[in-house]
Amino acid sequence: MVDAAPTLPVASSRRSGVMRFGTEFIGRRAFNILVALHGVGAFALITLGVMVRKLGVARAVIRPLIAREISRAGVQLLPMFLFAALALGFLVIGQTVSVLSRLGAASNLLGDIMVIVVVRELGPLLTAILVLARVGTATVVELGTARATGEVESLEALGIDPVHYLVLPRVIGMAIGIFSLTVYLILGTLISGYLWAFVQDIPLLPSDYFSQLAGALTYLDFVLLALKTVIFGFIIAIVTCYHGLAHPLQLDQLSRATVRAVGQSIVACVLLDALFILAYLML
Amino acid sequence: MNTGPVTNPTETLALELRAVMVTAMRGPNVVVAQNVNWAVREGEFWILAAPQNTGKTDFMMTLGGITSPAAGEFRFFGTTMPIFEEARLTERLRLGLVFDGGQLLNALTITENIALPLRYHTNLSQAQIDARVNELLKTTELTPWAHNTPVNVPRAWQQRAGLARALAMQPDVLLLDSPLSGLDPRHTYWWLKFLDELMRESATKNGKKLTLIVSGDDLRPWRRHANRVACLHQQQLLVLGDWTNVAASEESIVKELLREEVVPRQRI
Repeated sequence: MVDAAPTLPVASSRRSGVMRFGTEFIGRRAFNILVALHGVGAFALITLGVMVRKLGVARAVIRPLIAREISRAGVQLLPMFLFAALALGFLVIGQTVSVLSRLGAASNLLGDIMVIVVVRELGPLLTAILVLARVGTATVVELGTARATGEVESLEALGIDPVHYLVLPRVIGMAIGIFSLTVYLILGTLISGYLWAFVQDIPLLPSDYFSQLAGALTYLDFVLLALKTVIFGFIIAIVTCYHGLAHPLQLDQLSRATVRAVGQSIVACVLLDALFILAYLML
Repeated sequence: MNTGPVTNPTETLALELRAVMVTAMRGPNVVVAQNVNWAVREGEFWILAAPQNTGKTDFMMTLGGITSPAAGEFRFFGTTMPIFEEARLTERLRLGLVFDGGQLLNALTITENIALPLRYHTNLSQAQIDARVNELLKTTELTPWAHNTPVNVPRAWQQRAGLARALAMQPDVLLLDSPLSGLDPRHTYWWLKFLDELMRESATKNGKKLTLIVSGDDLRPWRRHANRVACLHQQQLLVLGDWTNVAASEESIVKELLREEVVPRQRI
């Protein structure tokens, strides 16, 4: 006679299986996040090191590359940002006017709301996401292709630091581009916001509207706006360059690398934005 | 047949490998060659032959300082390789590497590709750079392709552009990875003639001797051009020396590379 092996009740066994799967899943995700953080962090430090050591090196080559990146991540996106400014002004004013009219405060609070919503929050974040979509994704594909086709090894063979030649211009270009586009987007949105309010018959003179804006803005807004947009540009450039360049890629891996870069850039920008909200609250 | 490095202290060694292990670029666990002992003197013209897919490119990448040797000692004019440090950039620029297919930068035109090392590393004026680039374009017969980007240029001409780019900095050692692969007889003839002229000119003009190392999967085209031969076979570098040793060699791989006998190949 053979003793039957002791068995767990079915429900308990299923529960432990689900729990194990859950903990393994969470553990794997956490580990992957740490690995990604480590890789991107190391790449960012390397880039900063190159930026400090080689800022004046080979200016004749690097300056035109920086100018090209500023054009790509700035000037060429102006028409799209004009449209985005019109749309954002309409969205913010359209929604807030309907609520504020019920409270009878539409003409008193529009300026403050525009500063809080557009200048402090939506302006920089929307700019970062649009630049990521238009330029960041292209960066992953370009650098991934360069890596896959051996251009990086070519640069090394020529004694040219690939980070200096390929990454540095993109970091500087994207930081300047996002800062400039944010300023244009905010200015456009503030103007279009007034126009939409005017269309909706809000009894508000332009001088009153701009007085409200000026009253709501502090010196901290300008400092933090500049800081935030430059860091957004740095983060997006570093993450997209890292995913295009840091690992040897096959061409068929480019789409996955691009998706990863977009996801990580958005998460990083949103987390940074949260830190800036804390800074606004504390300062 | 694997000869050790020459130890004569008065002789200039361009490259010196002692007990070097070379691994593949695609994975550090894949061994291409081990226990490599090889001395390349200044002014020599070596052909490094091996069948396709046996790691010639990986070996050339290690010689070019792109990948580090997994073990052993590798010196370039007495300096330990690889030489990526800023302080040793001058040494780095003494080494030119021509990739299989050229591996040009796709965003730049042929002219811009050739001018890139000059613009990056030197303080030459634009006129001086233009003059040097035009001379290289003329020598390599690339003038008609000068303003095209690499994707619009046939592969054989991209390979020549890679050569022109490597020559822009006037290196002392030039490594060419499979320069004859996929070329028609006209281009093959041009390359062999050009490399011969390059060696001859360097011996008479500059006072410094150019050292050439080319890789290939067929020894026959190089018979009257290269003066030293080495073969990569079963993770070993067979340093054969001159063509007399090649003719006398009983190694099956040598016979295969001379197309006298076909040997079943082992992929790395």
